[in-house]
Amino acid sequence: MSDLTDLGIKQIRDGVRSGEFSAREVAEAHIDKVAAAKPLNAFLIETPDHALAAADSADKAKAAGDDLAPLAGVPIGMKDLFCTKGVMARSCSQILEGFTPQYESTVSGKLFAAGAGMLGKLNMDQFAMGSSNETSAYGNVVSPWRRSDANGNKANTDMSPGGSSGGSSSAVSARLCPGATGTDTGGSIRQPAAFTGISGIKPTYGRCSRWGIIAFSSSLDQAGSMARDVTDCAIMLEAMAGYDPKDATSLDAQVPNWEAALSGDLKGKRVGIPKEYRIDGTSEEINALWDQGAQWLRDAGAEVVEVSLPHTQYALPAYYIIAPAEASSNLARYDGVRYGARELPEGAGLQDMYAATRAAGFGDEVKRRIMIGTYVLSAGFYDAYYTQAQKVRALIARDFERVWEHCDVILTPTAPSASFGLGEKTDDPLSMYLNDVFAVPASLAGLPAMSVPGGLSSEGLPLGLQIVGKAMDEQGVLNAGLAIEQRASFTARPAQWW
Amino acid sequence: MSEYRIQGATGEWEVIIGLEVHAQITTQSKLFSGAATEFGAEPNTQVSLVDAAMPGMLPVPNRECIRQAVRTGMAINAEIHKWSRFDRKNYFYADLPQGYQISQLYHPIVGEGQIEVSLDEKKPDAPGKTIGIERIHVEQDAGKLMHDQHPTMSYVDLNRSGVALMEIVSRPDMRSPLEAAAYVRKLRSILRYVGSCDGNMEQGSMRADVNVSVRKPGEELGTRTETKNVNSMRFIAQVIEYEAQRQVDVIEGGGAIVQETRLFDPDKGETRSMRSKEDAHDYRYFPDPDLLPVELDEAFLEECRQSLPELPDAKRARYEGELGLTAYNAAVLTAEVDTAQRFEALLVSTATAIGKPEAKIATQAANWILSVAPGVIKSLGDDANLEHNSPAANAAILAMVDKGSVSGSQAKQVYEILLKTGREPSEIAETEGLQQTSDTGAIEAVIADILAKNEDKVAQYKGGKDKLFGFFVGQTMKAMQGKANPQIVNELLKKALG
Repeated sequence: MSDLTDLGIKQIRDGVRSGEFSAREVAEAHIDKVAAAKPLNAFLIETPDHALAAADSADKAKAAGDDLAPLAGVPIGMKDLFCTKGVMARSCSQILEGFTPQYESTVSGKLFAAGAGMLGKLNMDQFAMGSSNETSAYGNVVSPWRRSDANGNKANTDMSPGGSSGGSSSAVSARLCPGATGTDTGGSIRQPAAFTGISGIKPTYGRCSRWGIIAFSSSLDQAGSMARDVTDCAIMLEAMAGYDPKDATSLDAQVPNWEAALSGDLKGKRVGIPKEYRIDGTSEEINALWDQGAQWLRDAGAEVVEVSLPHTQYALPAYYIIAPAEASSNLARYDGVRYGARELPEGAGLQDMYAATRAAGFGDEVKRRIMIGTYVLSAGFYDAYYTQAQKVRALIARDFERVWEHCDVILTPTAPSASFGLGEKTDDPLSMYLNDVFAVPASLAGLPAMSVPGGLSSEGLPLGLQIVGKAMDEQGVLNAGLAIEQRASFTARPAQWW
Repeated sequence: MSEYRIQGATGEWEVIIGLEVHAQITTQSKLFSGAATEFGAEPNTQVSLVDAAMPGMLPVPNRECIRQAVRTGMAINAEIHKWSRFDRKNYFYADLPQGYQISQLYHPIVGEGQIEVSLDEKKPDAPGKTIGIERIHVEQDAGKLMHDQHPTMSYVDLNRSGVALMEIVSRPDMRSPLEAAAYVRKLRSILRYVGSCDGNMEQGSMRADVNVSVRKPGEELGTRTETKNVNSMRFIAQVIEYEAQRQVDVIEGGGAIVQETRLFDPDKGETRSMRSKEDAHDYRYFPDPDLLPVELDEAFLEECRQSLPELPDAKRARYEGELGLTAYNAAVLTAEVDTAQRFEALLVSTATAIGKPEAKIATQAANWILSVAPGVIKSLGDDANLEHNSPAANAAILAMVDKGSVSGSQAKQVYEILLKTGREPSEIAETEGLQQTSDTGAIEAVIADILAKNEDKVAQYKGGKDKLFGFFVGQTMKAMQGKANPQIVNELLKKALG
């Protein structure tokens, strides 16, 4: 029998169903892998009992001849942003140290109801603010990938797994789990997926309930799945998605059977290549991969057309107004009064307690964004920043609406560069923010988008391609992703060094 | 009435008043959560995860709160906005778990309206005044701090956190404490008719922010102050009187009024400064990204319109026009919905019991409700059991009066016994001998006897001494032990005396 941790979600599901192996064997294999992967710092809290209980329940159902749930026997990782009942949820911030929710987020609850077991809570950028997983209060996540020098020798530099879902991307890539939840506010699923050679999809805004997910930017936050191939992403997303009356922005729509309708045959489909995405600063090899991706889609039967999204250049600035504005308000509840950390200096009054608690509890990047957000919402600046950014957001959404008259999906690179070494960009927030330049427009427009691995850089690091689709058309995105996957034959995996 | 003026050293000052009334919407559950809203519950027993602003919790609008606000808007003839939106008002305080209040700044659900108020409680039929209403918006209430539970700490009670309020903002159309009180009284009456707020100021269901400024008559508006959270009719009047005098004193003393927020101290009857405009919070209002805009369709609006009861002004006009009541009675009967409901129930029962149209017996019913019944109830005090005070029982008494079998004073006695014992009115009248006779034969016999015994007086009467008529009535009534129907006695005496 091959190593059970090499198997994907579909293979595990089918193997447990056919009796090829037990769910307990699968869970134990992954639990061992997780326990042995401390140097990656991907899992902050391990919950082997949860994974084993779910596995045993699957095995029992199998033995009894019952129908197995869609994810029966599949162990997964859970981003720390999700509240899961009885397990500490900190959003990787010290301000939530010790906070153990007594409720289950809708998405984690749906996954568990579908039979999935939880291996543990995954590290991430603090409050999902970051693109390299270096803002976590509980240490950086290390990518399992290493870059090679000119001679092809692997360097010892710790590489970024991307962010904010860096624990998820590192864990899935390192075969600690076959799939993990992510959340994507401005690229937090897609960019880490690209950095680690896995697939990740952010569905249409509203597909997955936000209830029980610690909020960063409410109008942008969206949960999604991260796994090693497109099919696994589809299977997992199906279990996560669905209308939730507890989230007023939830989409009241049926969740299609995406897995069943997967097809890499794109005959009759048109793929748009937006000319505004050719920007300075993108590496040549990424532009080359982009062209290659277009060719793969042509090979799959699609017609490739150049399209225009004229307001693209304003997306990143608008994003860095809207997201911090919402965050500055969403994070006001962390005040030391009801839960989490409280700093109460001798003789402190209420205001002093707020100041001390928030100064000690929030990391630098979180403070930076709270200050930006507070500033752009302030009297006298509101119209110049927030109102203007909302106008830009509307224009970007309109750009996409117009483009759909010419194509069915859009193909772009996921990020302008491959992964970088931890610490290499921490002094330069602007260059860090630029990582999300290709990811942010789809977030602002609420559109489904995914990253699939396309190849390796000259340094042997994974590069991703992004597909953006129409609202509610996850199927179109998944199918184009599958068409690339079938032709890219991306089989590279990180050599185990940890 | 004469105009209200403050007499200053430099002459007369006019007082300009505007009110922001916060009215708690009568609903089972809070504006954005399912928690209960009952008054007087143990601290923190009516708090949902949303009200406590736990991480990842989301607000979902309560449709009934929206409906009640719309119905209230319709009741004041206001413009209903089919598209409105919730905004966040950001500030830190321990009774505000989210760190923001969800309110409606930019797009309130109800726009311009007005109400007619009568200016003199004693003369409800005197000409009134129209007070403009600028807007009604819906917002969350905050929790409450308790400072007397611990020597060094304040405790937080979140039972009120998230309770739905309507903020009803008037135009600065009032010119005296009397007008302000009349406005609040009328507004409260309308809210109670509509059923959107119980108007109980002592329980905090209704409270007002009082805006006051002064000016020399005819001059430009002065700078206003806002006194927060005034929770009784009397206090509102006190605040206005105190603030107006204080402002006149300041201005005449060479000072200037600063725009500021003030607090009322009911013990001292004074207002004092809370914070000036310079220290005012920057609330950083922005649209709440957790909520979609509120869009009202025609069917919803139609249901709201259909469900509105007959409102006090219309009712009052109908009582005068159709029921023939005096303007005074109509005004008093319609001032409070409870009174009007009791009157109408009695009217229906009485009309049925007597078999006459309502208009024929409305005046009797009105007199009964407004003077006879309250007099009896008051004189009985605790001996009155109001459970026995049913419309049917009251109607039975009125029917006996109408028929002539019970006199006015007998009716009061029957009513007394009814309230004490709950016995049937007709049985009371019979058993207790509280009946008068309308038996013309019996009365004629008594009259014949009396006239025979007093021939001298009959002669004097016929000779022109009209006053003697009262003598004959008295003698007849005496002979019949006061139980003859005086009307019939009169008629028969006139006939007998030719």
